[in-house]
Amino acid sequence: MTELSHHLPALQVVVPMLSAPLVMLLRPRGLAWAAATAASLTAFAIAIALTIGVLDGHDFSYNMGSWPAPYGIELRVDAFSALLLLVVTGASTLALLAGRSSVDAEIDPQRQPLFYTAWLLALAGLAGMSVSADAFNIFVFMEISSLASYILISGGADRRALPAVFKYLVMGTVGATCYLIGIGLIYLMTGTLNLADMELRIDQVADQSPTLVAAGFITIGLALKAAVFPLHVWLPNAYTYAPHGVTVFLAACATKVALYLLLRFDFFLFQPNLAGHDLQFAYFLMPLAVLAILIGSAVALFEHNLKRLLAYSSIAQIGYITLGASLVSLTGLTASILHIFNHALAKGTLFLAVACLATRCSGLNLSNIAGVAGRMPWTMGAFVLAGLSLIGIPGTAGFVSKWYLISAALGEGVIGGLLVAIIVVSSLMAVVYIWRMVETAYFGTAQADAVSGEAPAALLAVTWTAALANLYFGLLSWLPVTLSTSAAELLVRQVP
Amino acid sequence: MNAEQSILIALGLPLIGALGIALAGRINANLREAVTLITALALAVIVWGLLPELMAGERPALQLTEIVPGISIAFRIEPLGMLFAALASGLWIVNSVYSIGYMRGNRESHQTRFYIFFAIAIAAAMGIAFAGNLITLFLFYEILTLSTYPLVSHKGDANTVRSARIYLGVLLTTSIGLLLPAIIWTYYAAGSGDFVAGGILDGKLGGPAIGLLLGLFVFGVGKAAIMPMHRWLPAAMVAPTPVSALLHAVAVVKAGVFTILKIILYIFGVDFLFAEPSSSWLLYAAAFTIIVASLIALRQQNLKRLLAYSTVAQLSYVVMAAAILKPLAEIGAAIHMVAHAFGKITLFFAAGAIYVAAKKTELQQLRGIGRRMPWTMTAFTIGALSMIGVPPTGGFVSKWYILAGAFQADNYVAIATIIASTALNAAYFLPIIYMAWFTAEPSTPGKDHGEAPLTMVLALTMTAALTIGLFLFNGPVLELERQLVGGAP
Repeated sequence: MTELSHHLPALQVVVPMLSAPLVMLLRPRGLAWAAATAASLTAFAIAIALTIGVLDGHDFSYNMGSWPAPYGIELRVDAFSALLLLVVTGASTLALLAGRSSVDAEIDPQRQPLFYTAWLLALAGLAGMSVSADAFNIFVFMEISSLASYILISGGADRRALPAVFKYLVMGTVGATCYLIGIGLIYLMTGTLNLADMELRIDQVADQSPTLVAAGFITIGLALKAAVFPLHVWLPNAYTYAPHGVTVFLAACATKVALYLLLRFDFFLFQPNLAGHDLQFAYFLMPLAVLAILIGSAVALFEHNLKRLLAYSSIAQIGYITLGASLVSLTGLTASILHIFNHALAKGTLFLAVACLATRCSGLNLSNIAGVAGRMPWTMGAFVLAGLSLIGIPGTAGFVSKWYLISAALGEGVIGGLLVAIIVVSSLMAVVYIWRMVETAYFGTAQADAVSGEAPAALLAVTWTAALANLYFGLLSWLPVTLSTSAAELLVRQVP
Repeated sequence: MNAEQSILIALGLPLIGALGIALAGRINANLREAVTLITALALAVIVWGLLPELMAGERPALQLTEIVPGISIAFRIEPLGMLFAALASGLWIVNSVYSIGYMRGNRESHQTRFYIFFAIAIAAAMGIAFAGNLITLFLFYEILTLSTYPLVSHKGDANTVRSARIYLGVLLTTSIGLLLPAIIWTYYAAGSGDFVAGGILDGKLGGPAIGLLLGLFVFGVGKAAIMPMHRWLPAAMVAPTPVSALLHAVAVVKAGVFTILKIILYIFGVDFLFAEPSSSWLLYAAAFTIIVASLIALRQQNLKRLLAYSTVAQLSYVVMAAAILKPLAEIGAAIHMVAHAFGKITLFFAAGAIYVAAKKTELQQLRGIGRRMPWTMTAFTIGALSMIGVPPTGGFVSKWYILAGAFQADNYVAIATIIASTALNAAYFLPIIYMAWFTAEPSTPGKDHGEAPLTMVLALTMTAALTIGLFLFNGPVLELERQLVGGAP
């Protein structure tokens, strides 16, 4: 390993974090955007380099400031975190590349440098949560990313974002506090914050009841951040009223990182040490996942605002991810982790297409996009592709994760059969809510005040890149499948 | 050029053609039509060029990509798929000739879009025909559904869009809700979904589970229009007639029964299914569809709707023949795919010709039309006779084999159904023929008209000739399809 590649885990966080204050100083028009995009691209390149390293078979471990592990802060990158890093940095980069015109339209030029600063901080926070192996350090990054995303969501001109973000702030803070209480309890018992060290020490503790309480706090705290049903109420409005570029970025990855931590803590820390906790975990998450899938899809059926509709669909899709995890099997976890990647692709593309629509439509209700396909054929083409991926049609990325999920459910006997039925029903609901939008766009009667023309070329190019990625990873899914299989193996290995 | 390359070309050529149509459509309508015809001809040459190898017993195969371990996009040509591909690609030429007359004669809008999606649909049909496993077949099955949606909703008015929604709704719901779970179940139980002669499920599943899986498959393949999944087919009649003719008499519906045949022959295996009592319901479901759809057809006043219900019944002939599970009946099922295709495309061509020339769509308006449009109505008569199964038409040959298979199995339900439905077919087709030829035109003709445009008459004469040709020269088809049931190549 070369000298530089050794430092990659640290650079993954340091690059966006140090770029953030620099970006704030770049007043001339467009420079802030260029610098932020460059930093995000660099972060993406680092994530790719880390992934290549992980695929070669060596995980990364890095001691901050060269302090050895249990004392200093450790950063770790394995298959699971590499996958998350790809999603986080990829989503940020695509959203930035695409988002310039939509940010220009929505955010006052004076405030743009601050906006991009917050963006990079959110990126640094999310990347930090993915690489850190220190429980308290994770909390710090969580707060950085949360505070930055509050700024991002409320950064647009839409005043309705303010109450939405206030709700998010209150719930997000409650979540972070729960997490902190849980970490505090574990620290009390083990005297360590390093995750690997915790694993070793926690089973030396005589009385495990505080561990159980900690598990409860940490699970609830992270579930709040991950918008696990019924703790999802902050999400729809936050996604709906955020600037479009921010929605692309956050919808693709923000909740996914919290889910990643949830799985990591539970499988590494709690399941090996608490007797019967795997059943607790399964029975706690499975009903919630099923409810999320059914209710999220059902609400999406009746929504009229495009962004809110897609936000409710996200709640259902998070349900798929938790459903796979709740099966506590290798295939189930693979499906779950794979869906983190594939859903980010599909939903990111859909929100990108929505951003395209927003540049030309007077609003984002169904009635606003009536007949828009004739004027914006490329945008709607990408929208249909991503919609098919969300539904899970073969040939698209969404199919691969659904395949794994149904295979995992089939291995569970009678309950599995029921779960398959639920997955099928919700896929059909997805057909309906996607098709409502597509049909309106293709066959609706256009409004008189409709603006003609396609979305800006840069936005369109990125949207199509993402849409084609849905196809690519649907036909050649080697990369995400390999990563998520080895990540699932990592997790399952911990369960006794 | 070897067979593997031919497979790729057969799939890619219509897509390239679609691109060419899109480009040519901006320049000149004649150029666009030339691109369609050249693509159709080239495709037929490629596909028919594969025939000798198939006849010799070769099974060309090609794996395109492996999505995840064990699940790949792969192709493998066998006699049934060859027959379907040859049929669809051959009739595409005739249908394109006909389309040109119809679309121009009717002054339809969005003609370029029409030809583009038509070409994509043909590419999907090729994919279905050559699919080597269930997932590949499903992928192209869905592409076929999606690519035909713009064709069905071509007119774009409220009524059409409503019908197109039924079309898409039924086909997508059944395929995602029933077919996909069945496919995943098969992969889970058997470890693969490859089409293997004799089936892959023997010893992997048993008892009522087989009947259930068969049910998921049969009702999941909505394109085969087994009742109650048939609603989309009458709804699809809002499409321009060339679409009804090639897609809803040949490519789409045949893709449905083809899929069911493939699943019975290559996933379950005929012998395995014959030994399993829980699978016997399929024959009754098909028989029920045949009788009920024929009864509904009897009551129709609109020509295209009558033809649609007749198609529903005729598709179930194929499924019932397959469900008899005897070698002769399987051959009969394959031939009936061809015989019905020739006969029904002729009938639709005639209906479209009548519409273009006289703007008539209802049965009552057809009095005395035979004298004004003798070529069209002669072709119509031949097509109708083939539906009934009267010699010298192709419909007789397939019915012969299906009956022979039914006797092989001593299956009296099937025999009785065939007899009853023959009577019903006669009951709804003969009055039309009688009316067209032997009754006088109403004293005040709505419009003075002669035959439809030449290209349309040419096309329907060709398919009528094919219907008779299948009776006279069915040797090669039989020879190919005997391989299905283990006959020597």
